[in-house]
Amino acid sequence: MSTKALIAPSINSGPSFGERLGKRFSNFGKRFADGSPGTKLSHLIFGAGNFYHKQYIKGFLFLLIQAAILAIMIFCPSINNTPYGWKALKNLTLKYTSMGGEFDPVTGQFTTGSDCKLMVLFGFVTIALIIVYFFVWNLSINSSYKADMDRKVGKKPATFKEDMAELLDSRFHILMLTPTCIAAAIFTILPTVFMIALAFTSYNSYDMNVLGTNLFEWNGFRNFVAVFTGEGSLGFEVHNRFLPVLGWTFVWAIFATLTCYFGGIILALLINKKGLNGKKIFRTLFILTIAVPQFISLLAVRNILGEYGPVNSMLMNAGWIQSPIGFLGLHPTDSEKLAKVMVIIINMWVGIPYTMLMTSGILMNIPADLYEAARVDGASTVKMFFKITLPYVIFVTTPYLISSFIGNINSFNSIFLLTGGGPTYTGYQAGGTDLLVTWLFKVTIDQGMYNTGAVIGIFTFIITATITLVTYRRSKAYNEEDTFQ
Amino acid sequence: MSTDLKQKKFRSQSRTQKVSLSATYIILIILAIIWIIPLLWIALSAFRCEFQPDGTFIGRVTSNFFPKAVGLKNFKDLFTATYYGVPNAFPKWIFNTLIIAIFDCIISTFLVLSVAYCMSKLRFKMRKPFMNLSMVIGLFPSFMSMIAIYFLLKSIGLTGNPAHPEYSVIGLILAYSAGAGMGFQVAKGFFDVIPNALVESAKLDGCTNYQIFRRIILPLSKPIIIYQALMSFTGPWMDFIFAKVIIGADNPAHWTVSVGLYSLLFGTHPDTNLFTQFAAGCVIVAIPIVTLFMFLQQYYVEGVTAGAVKG
Repeated sequence: MSTKALIAPSINSGPSFGERLGKRFSNFGKRFADGSPGTKLSHLIFGAGNFYHKQYIKGFLFLLIQAAILAIMIFCPSINNTPYGWKALKNLTLKYTSMGGEFDPVTGQFTTGSDCKLMVLFGFVTIALIIVYFFVWNLSINSSYKADMDRKVGKKPATFKEDMAELLDSRFHILMLTPTCIAAAIFTILPTVFMIALAFTSYNSYDMNVLGTNLFEWNGFRNFVAVFTGEGSLGFEVHNRFLPVLGWTFVWAIFATLTCYFGGIILALLINKKGLNGKKIFRTLFILTIAVPQFISLLAVRNILGEYGPVNSMLMNAGWIQSPIGFLGLHPTDSEKLAKVMVIIINMWVGIPYTMLMTSGILMNIPADLYEAARVDGASTVKMFFKITLPYVIFVTTPYLISSFIGNINSFNSIFLLTGGGPTYTGYQAGGTDLLVTWLFKVTIDQGMYNTGAVIGIFTFIITATITLVTYRRSKAYNEEDTFQ
Repeated sequence: MSTDLKQKKFRSQSRTQKVSLSATYIILIILAIIWIIPLLWIALSAFRCEFQPDGTFIGRVTSNFFPKAVGLKNFKDLFTATYYGVPNAFPKWIFNTLIIAIFDCIISTFLVLSVAYCMSKLRFKMRKPFMNLSMVIGLFPSFMSMIAIYFLLKSIGLTGNPAHPEYSVIGLILAYSAGAGMGFQVAKGFFDVIPNALVESAKLDGCTNYQIFRRIILPLSKPIIIYQALMSFTGPWMDFIFAKVIIGADNPAHWTVSVGLYSLLFGTHPDTNLFTQFAAGCVIVAIPIVTLFMFLQQYYVEGVTAGAVKG
């Protein structure tokens, strides 16, 4: 499959990609030359070889898939005036891709009613169908060729019942993975590919009003260049706000990860202290904040710290402040620095119990004789923490540390629910505490600037992917994933 | 004399131990209070029942931490009120969320377990490519493709469908559970720990892969099944942003409870005087979820720990 071609070369140390590709092609030729007439015909008509070997059900299934895909390709059924099939492919190649359907030579206009984004979407669905077509084509020839080989050695070709039985045994993974492959292809991979494509279009609510409703065009790398030059309808925003948001995203991710990580370890040490009663009660109390949905707990904190909330009124009653403090940057005039510090502190409140839970088990696994030996040598508690506990825990949880860093780069709730990205700046979507993801959200969902959002998303991907490649792929947990068991 | 010295040393050691233990208690109690205060405040607000001198109800955030008067008015109002033109909206939101959570729980758990088992105990050509692909896809921010999933569902009428607004619920179930199989890592970590020898000896006895999965692996997997089921069941109660985008702001009758509650404070018609009703809704949502977590704590911890070590 295509995905294999994309990713396999970088990881497999076996035969090179080229070698395997060559082998595969020579295999195609061999199947055609050696195969029975049925196998040869299978290259044109799916399942022909299976009919030849009297595997009627299997042959019929292959034929059915071929007929269905060909019918879609040729007759181009359409939804909301937007066609699938060859017309969808043609639409993808138009400069004005949608351009709302077809160009009408009489009026010199594009017919309205079709929807650009659907044309791109259906174009990709059609490409996916073509990939499926050739995948099944290969399966069908293979299955027929296998029956040929069975015949040759005097075995009867597998019956449909035997094939089904195989699905429960030697091909069990196919049965188990098919639902996920289909579902993830439609709801995860297709949308991601679609959004990547949108980054190369003019699809946003401003430019669309110029071209006409639902219309946009391919744009090349203009949206990416806008980050550096500031051109285009949202160019000033991405140009002026990209670096500050990126910088803060990193600062946030580093602080959020480290504070929660070390805070969690310390809390776990406190709770698991020898001789402490009520461990379970304490632990349960802290789990409470994990169990309560974040939109409840974080909105509670936001309101407690709000303008009219108990904290501000307490401080005012005590005479420490004259007017309410804008802790969370909800007004444009509030301090950005204070809001940043506050979200990091409040995030500790959310994140520490989680690390505490996780490290508790690990702490209990540290061999007790290590501590015994250290105590005999006269090491202090603090020294033991830094020389034994910490190295051990860090060693075991490195993969978690990396994934939680990436999780924090993509952390949405803590920012969105607490500050909403504020304090805001006039004329810009990205506020003082906005991360790349919350900015992406505002830009796409609130503003309809889909191409700009996609560009931000791609940059986020590049950052997280780089971190993962550099750290995670080198780690033992990944490379020895196979041997661990 | 030497025993005297030893005793003295012992006594002083036990004294420092006692001091450090009491210090730990004090720190933990202070921390516990810090952790509980916001939640306590929301719960107290839910029961707050204060009126202004002219008889109007005070539903907004007030400066007093403890309510001056308590009652069940907020709960009564919450269950009977019409929000966004939907009569009895809150019970409807609860019902929608329950339906979505049940289906999501069944589909997601099934997908995750099947993928995790394949990745852990079976060896086949596409295994590594599949694992790499799922990792690469997982690195794209989920908010990026969210709007694309909405377009996709809309094009097949599973959301934003004026004739059948209720189809949005199906759309959201699909959106939640379809990609679940890609999140197999925790369950895979769990299966990895089950000794391969078990699988191999069953194979020697002539078991098919299906039989091994059904009769050997599944009975051993209760903790991870419960963990995955808990995660996918509570997901729809906790998420508000995905649900809001997929179901759409114009379809309040089919919102989930979190979208509904959020919209009371920040919707298109925000009303700060609905804060106490919002708090009451939070209590209603939080109680069953917290109870579930408390009962299944042990499985949750097991899952979290497995996820930590294997990443």
